[in-house]
Amino acid sequence: MSRFTVEVLVTPRPGLLDPQGKAIHHALSSLGYDAVDEVRVGKAIYLEVTAASPEAARERVEEMCRKLLANPVTEDFRVTASENGGAAR
Amino acid sequence: MNVAIITFPGSNCDQDCHRSVDVAGGSPSYVWHRETSLSGADAVVVPGGFAHGDYLRPGAIARFSPIMDSVVDFARGGGLVVGICNGFQVLCEAGLLPGALLRNESLRFQSHDCTMRVERADTVYTSEYREGQVIRMPLSHADGNYYADPETLAELEDGGRVVFRYCDASGAVSELANPNGSLNNIAGIVNARGNVLGMMPHPDRAFDPALGSVDGLPLFTSLVGALARAEVA
Repeated sequence: MSRFTVEVLVTPRPGLLDPQGKAIHHALSSLGYDAVDEVRVGKAIYLEVTAASPEAARERVEEMCRKLLANPVTEDFRVTASENGGAAR
Repeated sequence: MNVAIITFPGSNCDQDCHRSVDVAGGSPSYVWHRETSLSGADAVVVPGGFAHGDYLRPGAIARFSPIMDSVVDFARGGGLVVGICNGFQVLCEAGLLPGALLRNESLRFQSHDCTMRVERADTVYTSEYREGQVIRMPLSHADGNYYADPETLAELEDGGRVVFRYCDASGAVSELANPNGSLNNIAGIVNARGNVLGMMPHPDRAFDPALGSVDGLPLFTSLVGALARAEVA
């Protein structure tokens, strides 16, 4: 067994109104960054997980996402696992 | 007519709900979220507040509180369950009601009176209202923006399951009267069976003239009346 750093990215589902993203987009436009077409805001969750392999760690955390970490009605999630001390963070 | 009021760490409308049920003639009692039994309650109220600090998402952690297994079983068995504000969010997260409550479109915490139109006066929760009646009560939330995918929304509308809709004082449903961006101005819905109600505004803060409105009281008298009729039957 080894320890893995697992990164979970939770993002609003495509097409869902994201007022935070809109507000940030607006702020960026006011600062002159007019090359930005869209901004969407999600959240990142980092877990330290003990598992047999990165695949096992990822599968376990995907289960956590379906159960708790993401709301399937409004959010998508993406999970990446890396050997502890790796580049996930 | 025992009504269980579920109290989570961070609930802050449990006393308002307790008092509302009491004034309506029911017998309220608090049930702490760590309990696993509803102790024979005839109905359940999931009150407003910030259960578990609203961490992760409002209601996301509360739905796994020990008492929630009993609440879900009770609801699936046809028991009457009302979720108000944070309670509505908890019931959505628990899968007892469809959809989700997103951040308000304004990104602001909205705390003010709102007016709603009673779309259905034939539910167990609204029998003391008139269909089309315009009622006023406070709302107080950051995440009250009702969302459901198009199929679910159509199901709700076609099934007449939208119970309350934000409207102006004359009863007109308009974008201007929508405080949070909710789809179709939805303020409250029931499940397909009609025994589970969720709503964002606070009837529990509108049961006495001293509070500025008594428009919330009929919700509780409807509920207590339904329980009384069930007891006689």
